[in-house]
Amino acid sequence: MAYALQQLINGVALGMIYGLIAVGYTMVYGIIGMINFAHGDIFMVGAFVALITIVLLLSGGIMEGPGAIMLVLLVSMCVTALYGWTVERVAYRPLRGSFRLAPLISAIGMSIVLQNYVQVAQGARVKPLEPIVPGGFTVLTEGTFVVQVSWMQLVIVLVTLAVLAVFTWLVTRTALGRSMRACEQDRRMAQLLGINTDRVISITFVIGASLAAVAGMMYLLRYGVIDFYIGFLAGVKAFTAAVLGGIGSLPGAVLGGLLIGLIETFWSAYFSVAYKDVATFAILAIVLIFMPTGLLGRAEVEKV
Amino acid sequence: MRGLDPQAALKDMLLAGLVALGLFAPLVGLRTDVAPTGALFIRTRWTDVAIIVGLVMAGRLAMHIFLARREARAAMADLSKPGRFATQAAWLARILGPVLLGVALLLPAIPGVGRYELDLGILVLTYIMLGWGLNIVVGLAGLLDLGYVAFYAVGAYSYALLAQYFGFSFWLCLPLAGILSAFWGILLGFPVLRLRGDYLAIVTLAFGEIIRIVLLNWVSLTGGSNGISGIPRPSFFGLPFSMEGGPGTFAGFFGIEPSPVHRVIFLYYLILALAMLTNWVSVRLRRQPLGRAWEAMREDEIACRSLGINIRNTKLSAFMIGAMFGGFAGAFFATRQGFISPESFTFIESAIILAIVVLGGLGSQIGVAIAAIVMIGGFELFRDLEEWRMLVFGAAMVLIMVWRPRGLVGSRQPTVVLRERRRIGSEHVAEGRG
Repeated sequence: MAYALQQLINGVALGMIYGLIAVGYTMVYGIIGMINFAHGDIFMVGAFVALITIVLLLSGGIMEGPGAIMLVLLVSMCVTALYGWTVERVAYRPLRGSFRLAPLISAIGMSIVLQNYVQVAQGARVKPLEPIVPGGFTVLTEGTFVVQVSWMQLVIVLVTLAVLAVFTWLVTRTALGRSMRACEQDRRMAQLLGINTDRVISITFVIGASLAAVAGMMYLLRYGVIDFYIGFLAGVKAFTAAVLGGIGSLPGAVLGGLLIGLIETFWSAYFSVAYKDVATFAILAIVLIFMPTGLLGRAEVEKV
Repeated sequence: MRGLDPQAALKDMLLAGLVALGLFAPLVGLRTDVAPTGALFIRTRWTDVAIIVGLVMAGRLAMHIFLARREARAAMADLSKPGRFATQAAWLARILGPVLLGVALLLPAIPGVGRYELDLGILVLTYIMLGWGLNIVVGLAGLLDLGYVAFYAVGAYSYALLAQYFGFSFWLCLPLAGILSAFWGILLGFPVLRLRGDYLAIVTLAFGEIIRIVLLNWVSLTGGSNGISGIPRPSFFGLPFSMEGGPGTFAGFFGIEPSPVHRVIFLYYLILALAMLTNWVSVRLRRQPLGRAWEAMREDEIACRSLGINIRNTKLSAFMIGAMFGGFAGAFFATRQGFISPESFTFIESAIILAIVVLGGLGSQIGVAIAAIVMIGGFELFRDLEEWRMLVFGAAMVLIMVWRPRGLVGSRQPTVVLRERRRIGSEHVAEGRG
């Protein structure tokens, strides 16, 4: 029981990270209907910017307290948002209105570019970082097994919830969110009604990238090691999460992320670590075969 | 029309420079390195950042000047004249296929072509074959498959394992590898029959990854990450390529001096034959009811179903035939390398093959060949760049896509015509909707 509780805690923390990345996928998919394949690598860039900022602050001796973490988060979000904006501007905007596979190939190309750019700029070696937020508290002791929640896991869950709350407010209550939803429903109509769709799409990429940056920083602080290749697998899993939850649906993305995180943790805990990705992908396939629009997705009505 | 506005261009250039500064200052300017103590420290590289920012600004300015000049020229040009370029391109496309085939057939005989060039030729032809195989699935049937490399892996491992455990020869395993891959194509095709578009893409990607992870972790059968080595090389219809030159070997039978190049030339012609087989089958199939059903399904699945075409069989046959050619290519890859490991079958391979198909112009046989030559040959050309090579490769993918979203050969001849044969502009064809 205690063991399962511990896995539940670990799984939720991991799932939050996937959920944050998945939101970026699902938003972009909702608005322009493309798989932003480079999004996983944007997450990786976010983790790297956070790493660089932390090392910089550590060498200045001012990496202390929640203020410093907020500063790192802010820097990482800003720089990563700039990357998201640039990727859209360079690789996707010229292809708007082109046929469907063109942006996908361009996105795969951009993903290769980002990965190798970081490899060239920051080196191929794994970057280790000593824990910034060490320690935790004990929830429950059962025999010799101690159920622990680390402060970092708590930070992950709280920050994710806070970010998602802000984000939900942004989408449901502001003028910007209204124009985003309008673009999602019908881009041409939104344009006719005076919405600057190019700007809305840019902002979508900026928001998606900054959420990925939050995820990247959380990943760095939780696991302590990153390299230029972490984006691929995290990206694929997050996309899986978005599809599982029903692509285009924001609560679905978070739900999908949580499910993927839980499946992965429980599978590694009770079965085998080696096949945890197989489990994730197999469950994705099974869900899609029986519910082709995902858990919370709307069924698409096909007009003939 | 409007020429170059120096003020706007300058402003835009400064803005680009600012964005570049924001992008590159943290990741290029501050490099984290691991100190001997294990802690991270930062090395600054501001000169590199300055160079990159300067380059971006210069590039942006050059782009403005180029665009302004092109606009001015377009305003001057007489638009009533028919484009000479279009007729030239059509003529070029007609002649290019036979010319390329001729060059490919004569390549080993061209003076100056050594082992390296032949090896490169084999590599390019392997990708051409994979591209043509995937083209059946993506280009003709319109099913977006991001896990094609799985079938390549199944083919390669089929041959390697059958040869290792049962001692089967290459010529026996080649059809078996194709059959096994085709079987896997059907098996993986079944669950995704109802899925469309991006859902199909992500599930095929997942299947590709599952097969790779299983190959990686089933150590007792596949050797895991160590792979399988000592895969037997192919024989010339029973005559092995051996350096001894005895009566039972290729060199001894034909009475020629034994040379390691013989095997390379043989492999080259083998993959050329396999690739041409793929091409021949897909070109022939396009004219038959099955191929027409594929193309009809790509254009409109609902209309297709209303006309009584069996969507299930049509989809499964596309997966099956595409997978079969992937399997052939895989068996060839195994016998050429003599060593295979899951490393060779990562997602990036699927992405490269799909990129070749899309860059070549979906459904165009010659376009796929040109794209494979450009991408794989170009990749080889930049061999000295080492870790920069993949960066250049990815950038090339983005640039080609932005430059020609419809691929290099964007127009196509309809397979079936009424009275008059016309080329269809790429804007009017839909594909890859799944």
